[in-house]
Amino acid sequence: MENDEKRPRGPLHADVLAVISAGGSLGSLGRWGVGELLPWSGTTFPWATFVVNVSGALALGVLMVFVLEVWRPHRYVRPFVGIGVLGGWTTFSTYALEARDLLAAGRPATAFAYVGGSLVAGLVAVWLGILAARLLVPSSHQEVPW
Amino acid sequence: MTVLVVVLGGAIGAPLRYLADVFVQSRHDSDFPWGTFTVNIVGSLVLGVTAAAVVELGSPPWVLAFVGTGICGALTTFSTFGYETVRLLDEGSVLAAAANSVASIVVGLGACAGGFAVASTLL
Repeated sequence: MENDEKRPRGPLHADVLAVISAGGSLGSLGRWGVGELLPWSGTTFPWATFVVNVSGALALGVLMVFVLEVWRPHRYVRPFVGIGVLGGWTTFSTYALEARDLLAAGRPATAFAYVGGSLVAGLVAVWLGILAARLLVPSSHQEVPW
Repeated sequence: MTVLVVVLGGAIGAPLRYLADVFVQSRHDSDFPWGTFTVNIVGSLVLGVTAAAVVELGSPPWVLAFVGTGICGALTTFSTFGYETVRLLDEGSVLAAAANSVASIVVGLGACAGGFAVASTLL
């Protein structure tokens, strides 16, 4: 496994992993804080996770336009902000557990609204983030797709 | 205490997601985001098992904060899941985008609920 030539070596530097780790700590701490501010009863709509996931999706849409189309950012920007902070800020596992808990609590309508609403709002948020960022940048920089 | 274990868990989960993504993406040539799919399913399964273990064993609250909020929370991601799905849509791969959305949700929820049920039975 260690000698696999297909495996990209560049991104596996310890400094990049440390930067991702630091970002993940910050993002996770923020997500926990939102959970403290918006506690969940177990039977109602899980607003805390919804808010972090949709806002993180919006922010990642904005960030990726700047990273891929506008700047040539420092090599720590995407690992720290995109992979670390926003990856730590948003979560899929809690989204799944809350949906399970709602179903187990006999709230299928709320579970369905939460699962579907998060997906639709998350995708729209990414798209809006991309559009908003592109509105802010000069058109000459809009050539690089994704 | 809770704050510390969340920070520590996040510091572990985020680089694990990155390493898993690099590893999984290097194993195939398709555009389908298998790396994110994999971490989201694995993290959902682990969180389901952990939540059941906390209930069944009466584990202290910091266990769920560390493993659930910290490690699984940072190991899994909703932002990259959303971004990769929109990217597939933008490339015209509507079927792949739909498959990624539906499969992530169905398999992720199934892994979480299944892990919870199995752990509840065994513990």
